[in-house]
Amino acid sequence: MDINPILLLAALMVASTPILLAAIGELVVERSGVLNLGVEGMMIVGAVCGYIAGHSSGNPYLGFVGAAAAGAALSLIFAVLTQFLLTNQVATGLGLTMFGLGLSSLIGQGSKGSPDLTVSKLHIPLLADIPVIGPILFQHDVMVYLSVAIVAGVWAFLKYSRAGLILRAVGENHDAAHALGYNVRAVRVLAIMFGGACAGLAGAYISLVRVPQWIDGITAGAGWIALAIVVFASWKPWRLIAGAYLFGGVTVLQLNLQAEGLKIPVEYLSMAPYLATIVVLVMIRAGRAPASLGKSFHPST
Amino acid sequence: MKRRTLLATGAGAAMAAALGLPARAQDKTKVGFIYVGPINDGGWTQHHHHSAMEMVHHFGDAVDFVYQENVPEGPDAERAITQMALGGADIIFTTSFGFMDPTINVAANFPDVKFEHATGYKQADNVSVYSARFYEGRAIQGTLAGRVTKSNKIGYIASVPIPEVIRGINSAYLHAKKVNPDVEFKVIWIFEWLNPAKEADAAKALIEQGCDVVLQHTDSTAPHQAAKEAGGVYTFGQAADMAEYGPMPRISSIIDNWSPYYIERVQAVIDGTWSSVNTWDGIGAGMVGIGEISDAVPAEAKAEAEAMRDAIAAGTYHPFTGPINKQDGSAWLAEGEIANDGDLAGMFFFVEGIEGDIPS
Amino acid sequence: MLRLEKRPQPSKNWSYGAPLLAVVLTIILGMGLFAILGKDPVIAIKTIFWDPVFGQFAHFYRPEVVKKAAPLVLIAVGLSFGFRAGIWNIGAEGQYIIGAICGAGVALAVYPYDTRWVLFPLMIVAGALGGFLWAMIPALLRVFFKTNEILVSLMLVYVAEVLIKAFSIGLLRNPEGYGMPGSRNLRQYPAAANLDLISGTGFHWGALTAVFAVVVAYVMFTRHQFGFNVRLAGQSPRAAGFAGVNANKLIIVCLGLSGAMAGLAGLFEVAGPSGQILGSFPSYYGFTAIIVAFLGRLNPIGILLAGLLMALTYIGGQAAEAQLNLPSAAILTFQGMLLFCLLAVDVLTNYRFKIGKAEVR
Repeated sequence: MDINPILLLAALMVASTPILLAAIGELVVERSGVLNLGVEGMMIVGAVCGYIAGHSSGNPYLGFVGAAAAGAALSLIFAVLTQFLLTNQVATGLGLTMFGLGLSSLIGQGSKGSPDLTVSKLHIPLLADIPVIGPILFQHDVMVYLSVAIVAGVWAFLKYSRAGLILRAVGENHDAAHALGYNVRAVRVLAIMFGGACAGLAGAYISLVRVPQWIDGITAGAGWIALAIVVFASWKPWRLIAGAYLFGGVTVLQLNLQAEGLKIPVEYLSMAPYLATIVVLVMIRAGRAPASLGKSFHPST
Repeated sequence: MKRRTLLATGAGAAMAAALGLPARAQDKTKVGFIYVGPINDGGWTQHHHHSAMEMVHHFGDAVDFVYQENVPEGPDAERAITQMALGGADIIFTTSFGFMDPTINVAANFPDVKFEHATGYKQADNVSVYSARFYEGRAIQGTLAGRVTKSNKIGYIASVPIPEVIRGINSAYLHAKKVNPDVEFKVIWIFEWLNPAKEADAAKALIEQGCDVVLQHTDSTAPHQAAKEAGGVYTFGQAADMAEYGPMPRISSIIDNWSPYYIERVQAVIDGTWSSVNTWDGIGAGMVGIGEISDAVPAEAKAEAEAMRDAIAAGTYHPFTGPINKQDGSAWLAEGEIANDGDLAGMFFFVEGIEGDIPS
Repeated sequence: MLRLEKRPQPSKNWSYGAPLLAVVLTIILGMGLFAILGKDPVIAIKTIFWDPVFGQFAHFYRPEVVKKAAPLVLIAVGLSFGFRAGIWNIGAEGQYIIGAICGAGVALAVYPYDTRWVLFPLMIVAGALGGFLWAMIPALLRVFFKTNEILVSLMLVYVAEVLIKAFSIGLLRNPEGYGMPGSRNLRQYPAAANLDLISGTGFHWGALTAVFAVVVAYVMFTRHQFGFNVRLAGQSPRAAGFAGVNANKLIIVCLGLSGAMAGLAGLFEVAGPSGQILGSFPSYYGFTAIIVAFLGRLNPIGILLAGLLMALTYIGGQAAEAQLNLPSAAILTFQGMLLFCLLAVDVLTNYRFKIGKAEVR
């Protein structure tokens, strides 16, 4: 056996980070009662903008900032359409993906990068030197930790803060929240923009760390997986980590088993993560979705 | 069907008129290209486009050049090709295997237009096929890989299980084994030609399992980046030279160089000497380029690889020369026997010593 | 301050006027986009919208529009039942792929069988059944385990994509294809081919089925109890329950129907325009059809028009790519803008803009 479980687990964390970032953003959006199926579109625009911002400034962290801004800007289209012009969220989200895929390719034409721009790995003092756990958990780049920190932040926000309570109230019953005097639309627009920013970061993680390069269609469906994981986690932040790492884990393990030369039907194995999601969904009897999810809100109704 | 045939004759001039363009001058040859990917994919399509541009540069004003990128295989391809033929193209290059049936279908409706289909096997009176003997380049990569590896584990990122890819794996393995009997190949199939994220993951998995050479039959530079980060891992450019990753990790490359062929075929149309041919060229004809072998390779190994390159180019050495057994131990080629093109074209087995199955 | 006020009832004028306004808006935005890309905006718009229908080569392009619209309309009509009832089948793409695999599988299994009147109907049944069964997975999981059907149907799209890729290099690979991926070409298999009913029109069996589906759906929605139940369930699930509508039965029927229709679309595509089981067979018709369904406001006639418009942007867009060397991404962006505009103007049908503060009620 050449598979090194320590390296495998470490690789899993890197492979899972983009879907985790995109998923935590979408989770907040959905908890506010909005279903944005445009994650893939926002991710890829984030990927190209992050790539360009990072390479033109020479600083990958500025790239991440640019990607978050670009993702949030694109999500604003969705926010205006669904919140103010009351368009159907499913169709608008699909349209956003289409638009984002096209736009990213137009933006990226002729963009050049240098192979030397890298995001350095941290070596957290002491912790990184612990055998086994150190290499698995404490020798990653800063974005891996940021993604987990965002998850923790979202959890605390939803559970303990007043603003989080309002957001949940808006997602559960927008009419009641409105009657209580909360600005339903403002809450949702902010949530959508947070989702866009996270999706942008996720895209930039692919184009600046995981691959790292820019090519048309580089996100290759990761945004859809992020959507799946949100439901998989039944809209609970901590479960999101389990979902994302399960997905990433199956992908990485599949490649490792192949390299090991095991006689497995690899061409069928790539569907394992999707089937696993369905199985888990059935087993956990998917938690209840926010009651107002996907419904349009207008103050007069 | 008949209607379209009728349409084909003189349709070009009519379409030009419809678009308000000046009728095309008699002496200008219109050359069209249909690409499966975007022209900046960094690999397959980019190199067809690059070669096409060299062809255009060569002829200057004598040709009109049109292309369409990102054409999906299937019905959309058929429409795109028809559209180009209606648009008055004299010769159309369709540069993906999946364009085979659409090319044949359209060619039947436009008997006066010449078609050139890359990597297919269906010929017609007005359809030529062309392909490159990439396995010749793989022999050189295998030799280098066998020489530079210290862990004796060589990783191979394979794309789609078709004879071309299998030939490449076999050729690389045979030549690595020849110079280093202890080598072991680890093959990962990703079932796509270009998916940077998957390629990066595959390269990392191979490196983590101890491979210190990673060969790829996929188009992106993602494996190079993974190798660069890991350090001490050797890679080879694919389709493009990928020289920006040299001298380490990229130590050489296989470069798709279609321009000599494109120039020759367009010249034949201009001269009126075009006829349907089946071309399968390699290093000798310049269709397969071997990128500069970097200084990270020991001088003797470099000289050895270059000698092999020259021998293949001169036709004095064939990478598939017996004795070679199939994976199951049965004999394929006897001592000194050279594989025939028919066997190579349909090759669907691993040679003896490679672990794992070909997915099918 | 500008604000929206709900109309007492939807405006008749705007329900017709809004789509026109949207097209005008898109054309203006699109011209801006094409101008930024350095192309003549007027010629670009003309190439996309005018030439395929009325241009010099319309006799080539019109059948292409029909061929492109047929699967979109067929799938979208099927989806409209579920969408009206609040049952979200996002995985039509998967059902479309499985329908193609099953239909083509039947034909390839008996190759070279030559009795068309036996084989072709059998393929149609297999295609519909394949799509139906694939849709039954989310339907039954929803009924028995309350599993979210959006997610399950979406996951199954990826499973279907893996399957067709695997079959194209394995089970269904053309044994005479020199080891290359892809099945035998069904268009060169006379008993199995889905060719034009009237040569050169693009109107194949799939297009006929799509038109038939539009008519049946129209009658169902306006005249039939089932159409009423569907609408009721969508507007008020509780009221539907009181009225005796069985929610579980509705889920099974709606998902099954949309799955079967997507499967049919897949079969007609693989036996006709596409011809082959190939890894690249999936071309997002199943997703585009969701958009078409909404653009058509879940109304069968609307879906027919929306499907034709969507198909036109594909065909005209590809023509513009070839003739003006527009990057294909520009067309994708343009389609996204068209969609945004069409969705956005819909607000005018149900709401009106008012200037001033909301009156106190």
